[in-house]
Amino acid sequence: MTPAQNYLLQARQMQALSFSVHIPLVCFGIAFPTLLLFVEWLYLRSGDPLYRTLARRWTNVMVAMFAAGVVTGTILSFEMGLLWPAFTATFGSVFGLGFAVEGFSFFLEAIFIGIYVYGWNRLPPRLHFATGIPIVLAGFTGSLMVISVNGWMNHPSGFRLSHGKAVDVNPFKALFENAYFWHELIHMYVAGYIVTGFLLAGAYAVLRLRGSWGRYEQTALAIPLTIAALAAPVQVLVGDWSGREVARYQPTKLAALEGLPQTTTGASIHVLGWYSDGRVEYGLGVPKLLSLLAYHRVNAKVQGLDAVPARDRPPVNVVRFAFQTMVGIGTLLALLALVYIAVRVRRRRLPHSTWFYRALALAGPLSVVALISGWMTTEVGRQPWVVYRVMRTSQAVTGARGIPVGYGTLVLVYVLLIAAVAWILWRLARKPLELELSLSAAEVD
Amino acid sequence: MLHLYLIPLIFALIGLAFYAVLGGADFGAGFWQLTAGKGRQAQAVREHAHAAMAPVWEANHVWLIFVLTVVWTAYPTAFGSVASTLSIPLFIAAVGIIFRGVAYALRAGASGPRELSAIDTVFSISSVLTPFALGTAIGGIASGRVPTGNAAGGQFSSWLNPTSLLIGLLAVATAAYLAAVFLCADATKLDDQKLEEQFRRRALGAGVVAGVIAFAGLGVIAGDADRIFHRLTAGAGLAGLVISLVAGVATLALVWRRRYEPARYSAAVAVAALIAGWALAQSPLFLPGLTVRAAAAPRTTLIAVIVAVLSGALILFPSLALLFRLVLSGRLAEGGESVDLRLQRRLVRASRQGFLARVALACLIAGIGLLTIAETSWAHALGVVSLLGFVALGFPAALPPTVGPHTNETKR
Repeated sequence: MTPAQNYLLQARQMQALSFSVHIPLVCFGIAFPTLLLFVEWLYLRSGDPLYRTLARRWTNVMVAMFAAGVVTGTILSFEMGLLWPAFTATFGSVFGLGFAVEGFSFFLEAIFIGIYVYGWNRLPPRLHFATGIPIVLAGFTGSLMVISVNGWMNHPSGFRLSHGKAVDVNPFKALFENAYFWHELIHMYVAGYIVTGFLLAGAYAVLRLRGSWGRYEQTALAIPLTIAALAAPVQVLVGDWSGREVARYQPTKLAALEGLPQTTTGASIHVLGWYSDGRVEYGLGVPKLLSLLAYHRVNAKVQGLDAVPARDRPPVNVVRFAFQTMVGIGTLLALLALVYIAVRVRRRRLPHSTWFYRALALAGPLSVVALISGWMTTEVGRQPWVVYRVMRTSQAVTGARGIPVGYGTLVLVYVLLIAAVAWILWRLARKPLELELSLSAAEVD
Repeated sequence: MLHLYLIPLIFALIGLAFYAVLGGADFGAGFWQLTAGKGRQAQAVREHAHAAMAPVWEANHVWLIFVLTVVWTAYPTAFGSVASTLSIPLFIAAVGIIFRGVAYALRAGASGPRELSAIDTVFSISSVLTPFALGTAIGGIASGRVPTGNAAGGQFSSWLNPTSLLIGLLAVATAAYLAAVFLCADATKLDDQKLEEQFRRRALGAGVVAGVIAFAGLGVIAGDADRIFHRLTAGAGLAGLVISLVAGVATLALVWRRRYEPARYSAAVAVAALIAGWALAQSPLFLPGLTVRAAAAPRTTLIAVIVAVLSGALILFPSLALLFRLVLSGRLAEGGESVDLRLQRRLVRASRQGFLARVALACLIAGIGLLTIAETSWAHALGVVSLLGFVALGFPAALPPTVGPHTNETKR
C-alpha cells in the first residue's frame, strides 16, 4: 500500500464531513430567499408592519446562514485540490467548467445579498424587492452547476481517455447533455425547500410548544410549513423517478441500495434488516416490488451485485442503511405534510393538536438527516469510483502526508462553526419582538 | 502573440489581482482591528473597519473561488500539483477563511463589548494568517519548489523557505496598506476627521513598510530563487516592478496630501503591477519543467472557459458596480423599478375562488402521470415542470386564510 491509500478512508471521511456541514446550508441558499421575498411581497402589498418585521428578522438569519455557506463552500473547493489532486489534474478540463460557472452564480449571490441586506431602508421598497430576485435565480443556477458535475461523475461522458489523459474533451456535452443529471438536480432542489421549510417551521413550532403563539409566530410558521408540506409529497414522486434512473444507469448502485446479491427476475424489496453473506437478514420482504418500481414490470430482471467483481462494489450496508433512512424519513415527512394539508382543507386553519407541533419540531432535524443520507446514498453508492467506471477514488487521492492532522483540525473547526451558527440563531431568536414591531410601525408611519 | 492557452491564465491573474486588492483590503481591515489596542477610540477604529467591509466581504472573497475554478479547469495538471504539494498552507488559509466568515456572521448576534472583542480577535488573527499562508504558497510556486505530480514537492520546504516567508509577509503588509488607504477614503465620507487621521497615519506607515519589504526582499530572492530573480530584474518583469514602485510612491504622496479617492486606484495599480511582473517573470513556465502551454487543457475546454468567463463578466461587473456604488455612496439612485406585480395580484385574486387550488391539483395529477407512469424523457421533463407548478401554485392556495396580502385596514 502506498501512503496515499493509507489515507484514502480519512480523505473520504473529510470530504463527507465537509459535505454534510455544507449541504444543509445550501438548502437555505436555495429556498430561503424565495420565502423571504414572498414575505417582503406580502408587506409591499399590504403595508402590514408584521410582514416587514418578519422579513427583516429572516434577513438576519439568511445573512448568518449565507456566511457559513460561503466559508464551508470554500473549503469544499479547496478540498477538490487538497484531497483529490489526481482527480482534478486528470479531469479538471472536463468538469471544471461547471464549477467556474457556479463561481459566477456564487458571485452574483454574494453581491446581491450584500445589496439586499445593506439596502433595507436605503433603497425604494420595490427596488429593494427586485434586488432579491437575482439571489433566488443564482441559488438555482448554482445548484444546477454543482449537480451537473456530480451527474457527470456518476455518468461520465464528453471525453476519451488516452494514456491516462482526458482527450477529445467536450465540457458542454459532459455537463449538460447528461441524462443522469436532471433527476439529481430536481431531487436536490425540492429537498432544499423541504429542509428549509421544516427547519424554519420547526423553530416556530418550538415557540408554540413553549406558549408564544401570536399572529407573528403563526404567520412565520405557516409560510415555510406550507411550502414544505407541498414539496414533501412531490419529493416522493421525484425520488421514485430518481430510483428508476439509478436502475437504468447505475445498476450496481441499485443492487447495493436494495441489497440484491444475484441478478433476479421479479426481485423483491426488503425493508429494514441487514445485508450479510449475500442476503438481507431480518428484513421485511415485499415480493416483486423492486422489479415493479424499477422497471414498471413485476417480472423485470434486476441486476445484482454479482454482475461486477467484488472489488467494484460499494459497501452495501452503508449505502443500504443511508438509503432506507432517507426513504423512511421522507415518507414520514410526506405523511406529516398530508396531515397539515388535510386540516387546512377541511378546517381552513392551522392544526390545533400539540402532537402535530411536536412532530413538526422533530421534522426539521429529521429532514437534515434525510438530506445527508440521500447524498451518502449516491456518493458512497458510486464507490469505489470517483468517476463512475473510469477512475477509482484510490487513484484520485492526494499523496500528501498529514491528512490525519488536517482531519482532526477540520473536525474541531466544524464543531466550532456549528456551535457558532447555533449561537447566532439563538441570539437572533431572542431579540425582543415587541420593540421591533413598534419600531417597524413607526418607520412605516 | 496571444495564444488561446494563455487567455484563461490572464483571466485568472486578473482575478488574482482583484482578490489581492479587494480581498486584501478586507484582510487588512482585520489587521487594523488586531492592532487597534484598547479604549474607546480603538473600538471606533474596529467598528469602522468592520462596517466598511461587512457589505462587500463575501463578494470580495469570491474572487478566490473564481481563480481556483478557472485554474483547475484550464490548467488541471498544474492545479493538482500545486494543491497537493502546498496542501498545508492552503489548508491553513482555508481554516482562516472559515473563521473570518464565521466571525462576520457572529457579529450579527453579538451583544456587549466583551463578546464583540472576542469575536474581533478571532477575526483579526485569521485575517493575518490567511494572506500570510496564501503568500507562502505563491512563494513556493514562484521559487520553483512545486514540481509536477501528486504531492511531488516537499510538504514543508515548499512553503517554509525564504521566498515564501518573504511573500507571506509582503501579502500581510500590502493588505494592511490597502485597507488603510480604503478606510481613509471611507472615513472622509463619514466626515470623521479623527478616524481619517488615524487611518492616514496607518496608511503612510504601512505603505513604507510594504515598500521596504518588497525591495529588501529582492535580496532574499536573489539568494534563494535564481531564475525568478534574474527575470524580475530584467525585461518585462522589471517593468512590472518599476510600475509598482511608481504607483506605490504616488499612493503615499496622494495619502499625504489627503487625496484618498485617487489613492484607492493607484494603490490597486501598485498591487496589480506586482502580480503582472511576477507572472511575466515566471512565463513561459507554470511549474518547473511545465510550460503554460503544456499545462493547458484541451482546446474545447479552453474555449468553453473563455466563453463562460466573458459572458459571466457581462453580468458580474454591472452587479459589482451596483454593490460598490451603493456601499460607497450610502444609497442607490431611484430608477429601475420594473417589478411587475400585476400578474401576482391576479393570481391572488384567483386563489380566493379556489381556482388556484384546482389548477395545482391538476398539475399534481399530470405530474404523477408524466413522471411516475410514463417512461420517455420528454414526459419526465413535463412531469417535473407540472410538479414544480403544483408546489408554486399550491403554495398561495394552501396558506392559511390569515396569511395573505390583505391590506392593513381589513385586519384591524
